[in-house]
Amino acid sequence: MEPHATIHELTAAFAKGTASPVAVTEGYLARIGALDDKVGAYLTVTRDQALATARASEARYRAGAPLSPLDGAPLAIKDVFCTAGVRTTCGSKILETFVPPYDATIVARLRKAGAVLLGKTNMDEFAMGSSTEHSAFKLTRNPWDLARVPGGSSGGSAAAVAGGLAAGGFGTDTGGSVRQPAAFCGVIGFKPTYGRVSRYGLIAFASSLDHVAPFALDILDTALLLGAVAGHDPLDATSVDATVPDYAAALGAGVKGLRVGVPDEYFGAGLDPEIDRAVRAAVDVLRDLGAKVEPVSLPTTSYGVATYYVVAPAEASSNLARYDGVKYGLRVAGKDLIDMVSRTRAAGFGPEVKRRIMLGTYALSAGYHDAYYGQAQKVRTLVRQDFEKAFARVDVLAAPTTPGVAFRHGEKADPLAMYMNDVYTIPASMTGLPAVSVPCGFSATGLPIGLQLIGRTLDESTLLRAAHAYEQATPWRERHPSLA
Amino acid sequence: MSTTTATTYETVIGLEVHAQLATRSKMFCGCPTTFGAPPNSQTCPICQGMPGTLPVINRRAVEFAVRTALAFECRVNAGCRFARKHYYYPDMPKNFQISQYEEPLAEDGSLDIDLPDGSRRIRIQRLHLEEDVGKLVHEGDFADAQSSLVDYNRSGLPLMETVSHPDLRSAEEAAAYLRAFRAVLLFLGVCDGNMEEGSLRCDANVSLRPRGATTLGTKVEIKNLNSFRNVQRALEYEVVRQARALDAGERIVQETRLFDPDRGATRSMRSKEYAHDYRYFPEPDLVPLQLEAGWVAGIRAGLPELPRAQRQRFVSQYGLPAYDAGILTQSRALAQYYEGAARGHANPKAISNWVMSELLRELGGDDEAAIARSPISPAHLAQLVSLIDDGTISGKIAKDVFARMLGSGEDPATIVRREGLTQVADTGALQALVDQAIAANPKAVADFRSGKTVAAKALVGQVMKASGGKANPAMVDRLLQEKLSRS
Repeated sequence: MEPHATIHELTAAFAKGTASPVAVTEGYLARIGALDDKVGAYLTVTRDQALATARASEARYRAGAPLSPLDGAPLAIKDVFCTAGVRTTCGSKILETFVPPYDATIVARLRKAGAVLLGKTNMDEFAMGSSTEHSAFKLTRNPWDLARVPGGSSGGSAAAVAGGLAAGGFGTDTGGSVRQPAAFCGVIGFKPTYGRVSRYGLIAFASSLDHVAPFALDILDTALLLGAVAGHDPLDATSVDATVPDYAAALGAGVKGLRVGVPDEYFGAGLDPEIDRAVRAAVDVLRDLGAKVEPVSLPTTSYGVATYYVVAPAEASSNLARYDGVKYGLRVAGKDLIDMVSRTRAAGFGPEVKRRIMLGTYALSAGYHDAYYGQAQKVRTLVRQDFEKAFARVDVLAAPTTPGVAFRHGEKADPLAMYMNDVYTIPASMTGLPAVSVPCGFSATGLPIGLQLIGRTLDESTLLRAAHAYEQATPWRERHPSLA
Repeated sequence: MSTTTATTYETVIGLEVHAQLATRSKMFCGCPTTFGAPPNSQTCPICQGMPGTLPVINRRAVEFAVRTALAFECRVNAGCRFARKHYYYPDMPKNFQISQYEEPLAEDGSLDIDLPDGSRRIRIQRLHLEEDVGKLVHEGDFADAQSSLVDYNRSGLPLMETVSHPDLRSAEEAAAYLRAFRAVLLFLGVCDGNMEEGSLRCDANVSLRPRGATTLGTKVEIKNLNSFRNVQRALEYEVVRQARALDAGERIVQETRLFDPDRGATRSMRSKEYAHDYRYFPEPDLVPLQLEAGWVAGIRAGLPELPRAQRQRFVSQYGLPAYDAGILTQSRALAQYYEGAARGHANPKAISNWVMSELLRELGGDDEAAIARSPISPAHLAQLVSLIDDGTISGKIAKDVFARMLGSGEDPATIVRREGLTQVADTGALQALVDQAIAANPKAVADFRSGKTVAAKALVGQVMKASGGKANPAMVDRLLQEKLSRS
């Protein structure tokens, strides 16, 4: 098989007997062995487990009884998801030795679907970052240009899928951490509605913003991956108890009559003109396919980054309090308890994590809580109202995913410059609305550009349908980076 | 308490009571709640605070809290929220506790307490749910322990915190409040009330103010009050300590103090300057809890008769002294036991005596488990009292029969029959024993005849002894009186 075969192509071949899950898994493992030194997508490769799963999958296909449309699909999982018996680091020194005794719900569901988990992928420490440069362990490179970042925080999974080191993958999107690397790496990144997929076993960064999100080479694969993990989970009180439609079945209906809104505020200063052109061209494609395009306004857009950088660090400062050297992970001895905790956290957390813990601790402290966290939650409500107003008129919003293309390693050393990278992805994170990044062209330098589509709450189907129509009408998915 | 204290200052006390709810599983995970299991055997990734785990609210715990809130006539809020309370301590695996802050489960209730000089209504400020923390075990003394171990079995147990208004005016009132509070919980079946095992814990806020003043003095919080006795001792100590300080012109420092039961004194733990900033914010892993009105109404409809109402009924229905009624209504199980024996019985006071003096001593507790362990059924206890009342056995024999009932669980009539313990009420047989006693004790007889009527008591004792305790004492007394006055 081709290194960039889609999941549906692979599983169709498995079913026909023209390809074997074991051989395909071996092929991916061989490619990882040969190329991942260059890319740096994986932190842990679970070779033996992957082969054992592939053998079981192969037996099922031989018996004519695959478990699901994902049976035998080789996937890359961000190291933020707990995997029973497999080290889960969250990209941090503080969890370098942590081996969870349990699977995250999505991992359990993928296993149940027969998917082959190739390994755990690199990420910004605790998912805090937009370049994967904040990993405590290694640098991940963009397969399109190894001198550039793959985006982040789920850069490892994005690079793995783009580089043909996995057929699909999962990441988490808190402020854009799947859509932005998908845009940078030229693949699909789909953030479903908050609550659509269980967060159980996802190592929390910011609980009210963390979303489980798949990476794929095309929209049909995206629909299959999402369908396998979506749905209510009794272990996550914030997971939504709503029927999960057959996402794949909804594809192909086209966009005739679909109302597409183009928010003015997403095309302002700071947007790379090449991206501006590519996204507007993508909107034209949708119009040509029969969609009704109209401008809309989301006036609170400019408050997004500031609001996000109060809420996310506040929740993070709380979620990360548990890493104290007492129970698991790193422990640095000290002269007493407080000293041990201080030394452990000083040695275990990287500078970006420390920066956000300090920001968040400050935002929640007595006397400042109302001015920062309380105020941010109010702004969040306003942003939500903006979107509600827009969705009263349109079905889907179309916008750029990122203001620029993949940048060079070290290029955004200033934290604020890095934070501004999330300006277009943050609003859908704060509102929990489903959003997808679809490849929509390339820069003059050959770097991928992402079109972002945002949909109504729990209406992933419409979003997938629109993205699918666009994808099928354009040639972008046929181009892949060469790592040879 | 010094006289100056009593006359110069008014004591103001508010109590915070933490009750462990008697649910089968923990507050936010499915782990069991059994007390005394081997360390860390009742834990899971959730109550160990492992990365990626999430809390799920225990419905039963909410039901228990609502039941309690309704019993205290609180307003149960239609919506409430959990919040995270942050501080670093190794017994708390997440380094935050899931509690409730700005939106508690219930507010504005009251508890009526009975005092020697009448009853008082103590207002309840709020009632909320939270999770318990684990337990640290130090190797050696805390100060110089080489290492400490953590047991997370208790981590995540459901706790209900109830905060009273500062309406209590003495240590005695505080103890009375706590007793009444515990009785309500036991009646509702929401807590086992076991203070030694930590199922019920109490912190107190104490301040003094000049009599007649309307503003509150500086308060001191006392922690670690793990028995009724310690609540009273700690508060008595603290009131004197504060009064002496005020007398000496000192200012009271707002601080947290720990009660040391061995020394009978409180000592400073931390002052306000070192008070924690808990950085409360709404728990994002839980959605706000909406309590459906119909569900709450159903809980209200199912509330049992509460201890105070029952106490009043016991006084009127069974003619019991208030003291007896108070003890018998300390727990629902005990009250049910008593009613099981006393209902329809001719002598409910005698049954009360037997329950309070004999049964409770033997059972070693008044909680549901202790009462359930009783080998003597309420019906059998009622029979025993009837056997005394109808003269079949004496009160003394009845104690032996009671002891045998405890051992075998048999009914008293069977025991009396088999052991031949029926009182000798046969005049002929008794007459002979009386004659023998008179013949053998000429000095007592002479004393009696010379006017020392108490001497008859010695003779009655002789007859009882000779009968093996089976003689009917009243009949012996009558026969002796007749014989001695006749000759």
